[in-house]
Amino acid sequence: MIEVSNVTKSYGGSEVVRGVTSSLPANGVTSIIGPNGAGKSTFLSMISRLLPMSSGQVTVDGMDILTADGDAMAKKLSILRQDNHLTARLTVRDLVAFGRYPHSKGRPTSEDLAHVERSISYLGLDNLTHRFLDELSGGQRQRAFIAMVLCQDTKYVLLDEPLNNLDMKHAVAMMQLFRRAADELSKSVVLVLHDINFASCYSDLIIAMRDGKLVRQGAPAEIVTTANIQEVFDLEARVEIVEGRSIVHFYL
Amino acid sequence: MKYFLLACLGVFALGVLSLFIGVSDVTPMTLLDPATSTHAFEMLMVSRVPRTLALVLAGAALSVAGLIMQMLVRNRFVEPSTAGTVESASLGLLVVMLLAPGLPVILKMLVAAAFAMAGTAVFLGILRRVPLRSEFIVPLIGLMLGGVIEAGTNFFAFRYDLLQSINAYMIGDFSAILRGRYELLWISFGLTCVAYVAADRFTVAGLGQDFTTNLGLDYRKVMALGMVIVSLVTATVVVTCGVIPFLGLVVPNIVRLVIGDHLRRTLPWVALLGAALVIACDIVARLVIAPYEIPIGTIMGVIGSGLFLYFLLRRRGYGE
Repeated sequence: MIEVSNVTKSYGGSEVVRGVTSSLPANGVTSIIGPNGAGKSTFLSMISRLLPMSSGQVTVDGMDILTADGDAMAKKLSILRQDNHLTARLTVRDLVAFGRYPHSKGRPTSEDLAHVERSISYLGLDNLTHRFLDELSGGQRQRAFIAMVLCQDTKYVLLDEPLNNLDMKHAVAMMQLFRRAADELSKSVVLVLHDINFASCYSDLIIAMRDGKLVRQGAPAEIVTTANIQEVFDLEARVEIVEGRSIVHFYL
Repeated sequence: MKYFLLACLGVFALGVLSLFIGVSDVTPMTLLDPATSTHAFEMLMVSRVPRTLALVLAGAALSVAGLIMQMLVRNRFVEPSTAGTVESASLGLLVVMLLAPGLPVILKMLVAAAFAMAGTAVFLGILRRVPLRSEFIVPLIGLMLGGVIEAGTNFFAFRYDLLQSINAYMIGDFSAILRGRYELLWISFGLTCVAYVAADRFTVAGLGQDFTTNLGLDYRKVMALGMVIVSLVTATVVVTCGVIPFLGLVVPNIVRLVIGDHLRRTLPWVALLGAALVIACDIVARLVIAPYEIPIGTIMGVIGSGLFLYFLLRRRGYGE
């Protein structure tokens, strides 16, 4: 379980994340939603130790993220930010294999290599393994990054807008993959998502943020309602139940 | 692996060739002829072998230093001579000349390394503060910083009548290499080996701070290790044979185009190709106006700046 207590981030005088307290389950898919500037990405970066927090505390299975050994943490929690720009010229396979670094320290065992192969085929990258990342399209590159993070094989997998650059087919496949990782490998996948309908259909838990605060937390059926959409996004939308899922209509 | 061994053989052959180029009469014939062999053999051991070894050691180490710098700064255009590192090392040498001219060469090298490290730290500090809208800004900042430091060095060198001594360090030249005057370069060979051991860390750091932290490595420690290696290598090479410009830029970029950036795989190639390029340039330097020599720094400057321009203007790959 990731316990977040009273986490705050401020730049200069303005607070981007204000006193968020929550606990993220050790298993299942958790989606963080909210309008632009709600502090979602900042929040995710802080609980994954990429960004120092101004105040507050985060523990992962009881380990404080600020004092825990970096290597031990890398075997427990992985994070992928959005907008990853790489200047290093690596092949897809090399990049994915670096996901095993916390385990292999650069000397991969056959078990490590099996993980690499599995991640590559999960993300449908079999035909691209020897291509350099700078020769790929945005969506292919995004899938390679996600393969790398999955290859790290951590209990907690944190992803900031993993559906970026993906077409509809790959976006659905990606969400199904996260669902399977949670159900079959009992991982905890924490996502920042912009598409509220994906969040509604695939999550066990939704956290809604606005103005740096956590404003709602609960199961999709409780969170995805007309009143909540109005409050969190300041948008009038219709919510319909399709095959047991709450679907938000906001295009018209 | 097969190709690498072949390439090693090629460089070895180039090295042997370089043993037999020069003013004094050292050829396989004179070595075998009893009448001349004593003198020829002494020439070989005192001058030719040290020179070729110095070329190999300096070429490999400087190229690898450039490679590490490019990974850590995440820019293809930096190397010790486009980041203020070399100029800072020279400034350090000037300070030694002014304040403690009698210092043993190893201490001179360490002072130069300390200055190189400080200069590189200033460079990295500027990079953190300046918005980097284009990758060309990075070498521009480095060249400007280097220019400022060099101007300061020249000013004080002029004031204290040391311009000629300091210029000897600024232009790479292997003609003064003799037995007993190049052994410092074995330190840079050792550092190259350290770099190979830590190759995976440098590749990970090349993915950026977030990826490095995610994979459980301490980004600042990897950066510090890399900068210590780069500064020490730069200082040893500048102290023993002077600046060889662009070498650390050209060689890693050629290797990158063909086999990418996985340092565990590319670092041996960078070292080998660096050695080969320096030997070849030195052979040219000794042949064009024989029996005189052109400093290798000049030859490398011409070839290197041409290749540098090529990489700057080269069209970028798909998706960039």
